Order: sequence, then C-alpha cells, then structure tokens
Amino acid sequence: MTGFLTLLYKELLRFWKVSFQTVLAPVLTTLLYLLIFSYVLSRRVEVYPGVSYTAFLIPGLVMMSMLQNAFANSSSSLIQSKVTGNIVFVLLPPLSAGEFFGAYLVASIVRGFSVGLGVLLVAQFYASTPPIHIIWALLFGFFGCGILGCLGIIAGIWAEKFDQLAAFQNFIVVPLSFLSGVFYSIHALPPFWREMSHFNPFFYMIDGFRYGFFGLSDVAPQLSLIIVAASFAGLSALTIGLIHRGYKLRG
Amino acid sequence: MTAAIEITGLKKRFGSLQALSGIDLTIERGEFFGLLGPNGAGKSTLINLLAGLLRPDHGFLRILGHDVVRQYRSARLSLGVVPQEIVYDPFFTVRETLLIQSGYYGLRRNHHWINTLLERLDLTDKADVNMRALSGGMKRRVLVAQALVHRPEVIVLDEPTAGVDVELRQTLWAFIQSLNSQGHTIVLTTHYLEEAQEFCQRIAMLKQGQIVALDTTKSLLASFEHRELKVTLNPFELPDALRPMLRQSIGATHILDLPSLAGLEETLAIIRQSGAQIEDLSLSEPDLEDIFVSIMNEQVLE
Repeated sequence: MTGFLTLLYKELLRFWKVSFQTVLAPVLTTLLYLLIFSYVLSRRVEVYPGVSYTAFLIPGLVMMSMLQNAFANSSSSLIQSKVTGNIVFVLLPPLSAGEFFGAYLVASIVRGFSVGLGVLLVAQFYASTPPIHIIWALLFGFFGCGILGCLGIIAGIWAEKFDQLAAFQNFIVVPLSFLSGVFYSIHALPPFWREMSHFNPFFYMIDGFRYGFFGLSDVAPQLSLIIVAASFAGLSALTIGLIHRGYKLRG
Repeated sequence: MTAAIEITGLKKRFGSLQALSGIDLTIERGEFFGLLGPNGAGKSTLINLLAGLLRPDHGFLRILGHDVVRQYRSARLSLGVVPQEIVYDPFFTVRETLLIQSGYYGLRRNHHWINTLLERLDLTDKADVNMRALSGGMKRRVLVAQALVHRPEVIVLDEPTAGVDVELRQTLWAFIQSLNSQGHTIVLTTHYLEEAQEFCQRIAMLKQGQIVALDTTKSLLASFEHRELKVTLNPFELPDALRPMLRQSIGATHILDLPSLAGLEETLAIIRQSGAQIEDLSLSEPDLEDIFVSIMNEQVLE
C-alpha cells in the first residue's frame, strides 16, 4: 500500500507543483470557450426548455475540461518519464501492475476534478447551474475521468515521442470530445450524425453529466451510466494487463 | 546458502541482434564482482534483465533465490541498481527524491538512513536543492543514494564512474567498499580496468553476448604470462639472438617482449654470454588491460 500511496503522492505533487500550467491554464481556456460561445449563440439557441444556452453549455464544458485534463495528466507524466529516462525509478521498485495503474489513474481523476471544479466555480458568474442530481454528476465525472485516465496511461506507454502522443490527443481525444454534444444537443443534428454520435463514448459521458445538472438528457442516464461504467471496467482491465505484461515498458 | 545472483541459460534477442546467447553465472554472497566487456558486449542487457527492466527470452535469473520475473517483489527488494545514464526527476529536491524512492519500496520512515546516505555521499548541503540545479557528478551521487534507499543486499553499479571527477570516485569507492565489507554483494561494470583490478575479487569478461573469461582477478592476472622486460645495457648493443623479441630501443635501453616468465632466465643468460653488463632492469607486472585486450582479440570459441 505504501508503494501505491507514494506513487500517487508523487503524481499529485508533480502536477500540483506546476498548477499554473496544469490547472489554471485549462480553466482559463475553458472559460474563453464559454465567453465566446455563450455571447455568440445565447440569443439564438435554446436546447432544453427553460435552460439558457449559457447554462446548457456549462456542464458540457466542465466535463470536457475534466476529460481532456485527466488524459493529459497520465499521458504527459508517462511520456516525460520515458523520454527523460526517469521511468526507471518506478520500474525498479517492487510495485505491482495494480499499484502502478491505480496511482496514475487516481492522479488523473484528481487533476480532472480540480480543473472541472475550477471551471464550474468561475462559470457561476455567467449563469447559475447548481447540479440537481449531484450523485449522478459525480458518478459520470468519476467514470469519465477514469476512462480518459486509462486512455492516457495507454497512450503514454505506447507513444515513444511527444508528437505521437500529440497525434493521439489531437486526432482522437479532441475530436471525440468536441463532437460529443458539448456545444449542442445531438437532437439538433441531421439524422446521420445523430446516429453516429451514439457510437461516440464521449457523448454518453457528457450527456449523463449534464443530466446531473438539469435532470434532462438526450438518452436515459441509466443507459449512459452502464455504457460508461462498462467502458471504464474494460479499459482498466486492458491497461492493467498491458502494465503487467510490461508492454513497451519492459522490453 | 543461496547465491546472491544465479543466472542459467540466459538468452536475449533484440530483432536480429542476439544480445545474450546463453549466459550461466553464479555470484556468491558478499562478492565484489566485475563484469567487463567492450561496448555492445551485453553488459547492460544483462543488468537490465537482472533489474526486471527487460524480460528474458530463455533462461532464469535469481536474486537471493528469487526469480526476477515470477517473484519480482522479493527479487527487487533485494536489489539496488545504479543506472548507467544520469536520469532524474526535475520536479523534486534531493531529499524528496530519496523519500519518494523509499516509499516505492514500502519504507515510510527512512529519514535516518537517508541522512546517512546523504552524509556518506557528501550530499548533505544539497539535500534541499532541486535536482535540476545539481551538476552531473552530484546527480550521479543521488542516483547511487536512490539505489541504496532500501538497503539492498545486492548492489549493481553500471559504469558508476563514467565521466565522474576524482573526488567523487574516491568518495564512491570508499562507500561501496565499506558496504561490501558489511556483507553486501557488489556487481560492477566499468570501462576503467584499473578499478576492476583494484576492487573486484572475481571477474567475468563478456564478448558478443557470451562469457569468454570467468575467474578470480588473481588467477586471471597470473594466467596471463606475457611480460615486458626493460634492460639498460653497457655496451648498449643488444645481442643478435634477442633481436626478434625487441619491441623498442631508446639509446641503451631496450624493451623486450617475454612470452612468459619462464623465458627470463634464458634471456638474461644470453645477455651475460654476450659480455654486456646490465645497468638497469625492470619487469612489467601484468595488468587487466593486457588480459582484456588479448581475450577480446581472440575469436569466441563456438
């Protein structure tokens, strides 16, 4: 247990020591999205009856920033350690695959929640959006960050160079999160794209998270929760398996 | 008693390169063991396999009887490795680095031993300095301290003195020797053969992934019979009979190659018979470098 806690502590300290860049910067970026989109679109779009566009946008942006930062935390920590070579410090000690996985995962979730909370708090100056089902919001936040934390570990282990990691982020994570209904309801999309959205796992994370705030969603939150929890379980098993086998870490 | 390190039938291949082709090696507890070989001979591969940073294709490695793959927890608890490359985590100070490394080995309260390590490696006044701000030699000391936070019984040093100043070398060797005298097993790879000759009780030489020599340092030195004889003669002419052995002449001083010590008597007799007087004479001691060069120049026996 001490091994796991120490690795977790190290991972938390790592992003906390540079929190200006790892927490404040993404909070600011997300607030810029909020400022611009809500200014441009708030008079023209009403997604759910009685919910202003700005209010609709906030949970989506909060979740998107949580997901992107959860991914960034584990992936950038691993790639930095690999490129600089200090990954040996965690490969030499008797840490199990589970301890290794758990520490990187929990650190990703903590980073995701730190950024998400920051965005949510500042966003309250634009529109008040208290979550009406806070447990649902927390569950989706947890599983969403967990999924992206896993993807970050896999990408960090797989990538050998920073640009491979950037490709993973720019061609997979960012498009999937932008096209997941952060800025719109998928009911506003043409039928083909609406159907396609159902194959995007990010859609269920955002939609379920938004349910936690408004009690309104595009699909039933129970369904979203099952899909998100199952994806998390599957990805966790895959990630632990990769670490256990030493994939790309122990040649 | 189980051996400190036991390696049987070890093979490792990287693509088309056979890095290790069948290594069998036992290192007893308390030994100071040297692993020598040119670049690419497989020394670092062997160490990385021992440390669990690589997985073997064939064969087994055991540390104090624990298989490094299947019983990795006990194996890694018994092993401390000082890596060859200088690596560090730029987010932390020296003390943080050592506390975190202790935690990975399950040690919560390790302040006393960390202070001892800092003191023995002359790092006390750098304890709260960020790793980034340290010189290369200082970073190397931290690497040594990191490898020792869990007081491993077996310590592996992969070229610990490459590019390191004299002061650190002395500090380091004094410390490593005291650990050895307390019963720790030391395995050393180095390019500085004089270091191996001075510290190692036993030596294995690796070439192209195979062990080509394995013996005590003493017998390796003794088995190497080649000597250099330096004689200063009056008159300074070298007898013709000795011309084939001549390597170099500087005035009256001649350097002769002796295939073995047994030839010394005969050589001196030839000089005496020629009527020349020997004004000065010295005989070179064999050193590991000669042995190393001669073994590395031999073909590997298939």
